[in-house]
Amino acid sequence: MTLFTKFLGASAALALSAGAAMADPAIIFDLGGKFDKSFNESAFNGATRWAEETGGKFAEVELQSDAQREQALRRFAESGSNPIVMAGFSFMTPLGDIAADYPDTKFVIIDAVVDAPNVKSVVFNEEQGSYLVGMLAAMASKTGTVSFVGGMDIPLIRKFACGYAEGAKAANPDVTVIANMTGTTPAAWNDPVKGTELTLAQKSQGSDVVFQAAGGTGVGVLQAAADNEMLGIGVDANQNYMHPGQVLTSMLKRVDVAVYDAFTAGTDVEPGVASLGVSEDGVGYAMDENNASLVTPEMLAAVEEAKAGISDGSIMVHDYMSDESCPALTF
Amino acid sequence: MDLMTLLQLLDSTVRLATPLLLACIAGLYSERAGIFDIGLEGKMLAAAFLSAAIAYTTGNVWVGLLAGIGASLLLSAIHGVASITFRGNQLISGVAINFLAAGLTVVIAQSWFGQGGRTPQLAGAARFNPITLPFADALRDVPILGPIYYELISGHTALVYIALLIVPVTWWVLYATRFGLRLRAVGENPAAVDTAGVSVVGLRFAAVAICGVLCGLAGAYLATALQAGFTKDMSAGRGYIALAALIFAKWKPWPALGATMLFGFLQALALRPDLIQRTLGFSVQTQLLDALPYILTVVILAGFVGKAIPPKAGGEPYVKER
Repeated sequence: MTLFTKFLGASAALALSAGAAMADPAIIFDLGGKFDKSFNESAFNGATRWAEETGGKFAEVELQSDAQREQALRRFAESGSNPIVMAGFSFMTPLGDIAADYPDTKFVIIDAVVDAPNVKSVVFNEEQGSYLVGMLAAMASKTGTVSFVGGMDIPLIRKFACGYAEGAKAANPDVTVIANMTGTTPAAWNDPVKGTELTLAQKSQGSDVVFQAAGGTGVGVLQAAADNEMLGIGVDANQNYMHPGQVLTSMLKRVDVAVYDAFTAGTDVEPGVASLGVSEDGVGYAMDENNASLVTPEMLAAVEEAKAGISDGSIMVHDYMSDESCPALTF
Repeated sequence: MDLMTLLQLLDSTVRLATPLLLACIAGLYSERAGIFDIGLEGKMLAAAFLSAAIAYTTGNVWVGLLAGIGASLLLSAIHGVASITFRGNQLISGVAINFLAAGLTVVIAQSWFGQGGRTPQLAGAARFNPITLPFADALRDVPILGPIYYELISGHTALVYIALLIVPVTWWVLYATRFGLRLRAVGENPAAVDTAGVSVVGLRFAAVAICGVLCGLAGAYLATALQAGFTKDMSAGRGYIALAALIFAKWKPWPALGATMLFGFLQALALRPDLIQRTLGFSVQTQLLDALPYILTVVILAGFVGKAIPPKAGGEPYVKER
């Protein structure tokens, strides 16, 4: 036991001294891990790009449980990291609690809004990007039924589903949209087996295009789509390469840009709320050589037109989180 | 509900129940011999990782399966040494194994493949592919029986049939062989077994090893049959549901099949909220269906439906009297 405590003490000291040296930026990844091929990985790529371009260093930590959020924030703040970027809506409460304790440290939270003088909140208009891929899905579907698999059932994920359904119905008013959530606990982000079964259940209801916003669970969704002659749609990062020719497109959410910008601004990060949508290129859809054969010029023209419409305000996409309801879909 | 929808639901049930069944029978051997095993989850996870990793490197899923069983056996050996040889607390050793597997799999996967704690995607012979049973295509058009045979019975991977075969084999081993009698005895009254001149330690290690092999099959099924590769924490609590099923089945092989199929069916049903809505006329929260296995287990434990009596010497390390 004594030996064990010594080890603990030693590792804690090591961790502290590692972070104490600089005013480098720091990033905290959410549960799901920094290589989730999706949200966190996108954040990591932004941080890496900054490090490669500037030669700077950044501190990072991958959370293992909800209990570590506040602990990680405090440790980074006390060791002098500045700014501290956190990827994930779950940081809203812990950051709200501690931001006032470190007035000289700048915090950047992605996907949630925290009202404090030293916090910059970056939110994305996911409903706009989802709307675009929803249009593509409805146009690519031969059965007239498209579907959605969400990870944990939270308002943010419903926002994806709602925008997707709206876009699908805009492209084809007769389309049927099926939406399922994997679960209500954080385990729902890491259950590819259930993702596969959900996709198969949706296929048996007639769906032939499936959009996933489900972290690691989404790997199973895209796999099932590829194995069963359906088209998948990736999320957050460009996932077209995972099954070339069987992923219709990916809903891009440029978390990497948000992280890169925050790191570049350094301690001069402007507090306040920044909302990134289609017009800021914060969200969009992915085209590359892997899906070029799946998207016809007519589909591309229609979706580009919608993109312009959203940018100039002539198309309003409903934001689920604004009133917790969705005109195009019932949950 | 038409026949095809029902078959799709049952097909999904079989896929979801198979890992539960394998893990449940694994726990049955171990617990019947008096060794509680919370570590089913960890062993499945370790097996899922190593089977996918080796299947990817060799391109042969059967080699991967053996490697997965090896990983699970290694963790079983740790559990055995800790709880049989050194008479440690079986629950703590099991929990430690779960933590060990959850951490090690991701770390090793990251250092081998650099894809963030995943294995690369498996394709072709590196994966268990569905087997079409003989005459499935020919009989497809026979009314009722044809679709049942084609959709439900045929078209699963080899591991599903192995898992179903293990149930009668387990029943036979436990109730019709000398080894089975001794195995059950060692979980009820190890002192009597010892007096008869049979090695308690040997029997318990044998049971823990069988448990390891079966958990290995369960893990390999997750990563190489249901999925095409390992992802972090992919067992997603199935080891714990299997433990619940084991209690539900009162530590008996045939009821274990029933319990895991029931739990699998509930999971499959939770994926089709539209069906429940259509058949019952009102919607049921899917969370309720997800929680039902645990609720049923608590009901059984509380003694409302018969009594679930665990093996008498379960959890007790055996100390030879001097």
